[in-house]
Amino acid sequence: MSEEVKVLGNWGSCFSRRVELALKIKGVEYEYIEEDVYGNKSPLLLKYNPVHKKVPVLLHNGKPIAESLVIIEYIEETWKGTPILPEDPYEKAMARFWTKFVDEKCLPALWRAVWSPENEREKAVEEACKCLETLQSALNGKRFFGGDTVGLVDIAANFIGFWLRIIQEATGHGDLLSAEKFPTLFKWTDEFVSCSVVKQSLPPRDKLLAFFKARVAEANASK
Amino acid sequence: MAATEEVKLLGFWVSPFVLRVEWALKIKGVKYEYIEEDIFNKSTLLMELNPVLKKVPVLVHDGKVIAESFVILEYVDETWKQNPLLPQDPYQRALARFWAKFAEEKVLEGAWNALCSQGEEKQKALQQTIEAMEKIEEELGKKQHFFGGESIGYLDIILGWISHYIPVWEEAGSMQIIDPIKFPATTAWINRFLKHPLIKDTLPPREKMLVYFHQRSKELGSTSHGWIRV
Repeated sequence: MSEEVKVLGNWGSCFSRRVELALKIKGVEYEYIEEDVYGNKSPLLLKYNPVHKKVPVLLHNGKPIAESLVIIEYIEETWKGTPILPEDPYEKAMARFWTKFVDEKCLPALWRAVWSPENEREKAVEEACKCLETLQSALNGKRFFGGDTVGLVDIAANFIGFWLRIIQEATGHGDLLSAEKFPTLFKWTDEFVSCSVVKQSLPPRDKLLAFFKARVAEANASK
Repeated sequence: MAATEEVKLLGFWVSPFVLRVEWALKIKGVKYEYIEEDIFNKSTLLMELNPVLKKVPVLVHDGKVIAESFVILEYVDETWKQNPLLPQDPYQRALARFWAKFAEEKVLEGAWNALCSQGEEKQKALQQTIEAMEKIEEELGKKQHFFGGESIGYLDIILGWISHYIPVWEEAGSMQIIDPIKFPATTAWINRFLKHPLIKDTLPPREKMLVYFHQRSKELGSTSHGWIRV
């Protein structure tokens, strides 16, 4: 049966890359369509995600699904093979809990800390670090949040696994994620990016660094 | 012989998040012990069971602890197979999850912020909420009965708070979100939901809710707080 799988994404978006990682874990072939999210939104994007007009969007045999975590649950249910979630309902619930924590607490706190004006920075960094500390505790001696292999929480935390260290380099502030502050979480980021299936799903480091350096310069220019 | 199962639910009488879990358990016919928490004076039990977020609802099933209403709902659906909440088809499940997230972020958060804000902040939140409800109205227009079809399903449970809380928040906040003329499908769904045998006796008392939310709205509205995430 021929299956048509397409991803509307953006090269630098961690949300878009989450979906690509999930598909690669499952070994699903897909056609990737790059969206310019900063310019004009394409008719395709407006058609398939009229509610949010955002990437990523998964198209499976013409049927669209939006929201990266919703997409990943769909991928898990549709394609068997390497599991992204545990089978046991309680373990699954734990994975979903931590995924939600990453998505709704960690990422917004980290983003606020990165872009916060100097006078609000200390408080923003403190809050973000509290999130990272809590997240670190969820690793609990495991190699990945998912255990021996990358799972839903690892995928959801890809921003922390790859983007964050690059952003820290771009801003010159290393006070969020460091080996000194969060040794086990920092080690996890190394494990994460060394994983072969993850490597294939990451944007080019130099391009991402240049992108964030430009954004930092823009932000400084407007002060 | 089935093992005796111990199911406990830590809740707060007026929390819509707790109510969702109660609805799910009742639809499944699962017996549970309800433990009331005073969220303004959190117990050591709550702090032990949910140290990360310190919030209700918390479900305890044979000693296994789960927090976050969305996560609990999926756990309940997977653990007790009778009366399925989510659809069977993966694409329909994805749609249900999509709309659940949408409603939580745009309607629930929007309405709460409208209730707890003043002036321009309030208008902005109200506008967002109404625009979001227009999309929900469109979805409901395609349904005959409930989101779940003939019977109440996952999305009905997630959005069910609208039926009982929005009228109270409208009164407490001196605002209108759901004009029955502009939202005929939503209004019909609300009436069906409120009359459902498993729902109607679970609703917190309206007058008590009005006092509570009036108070909360005053407390939170007295300072400029920016957007409140729920």
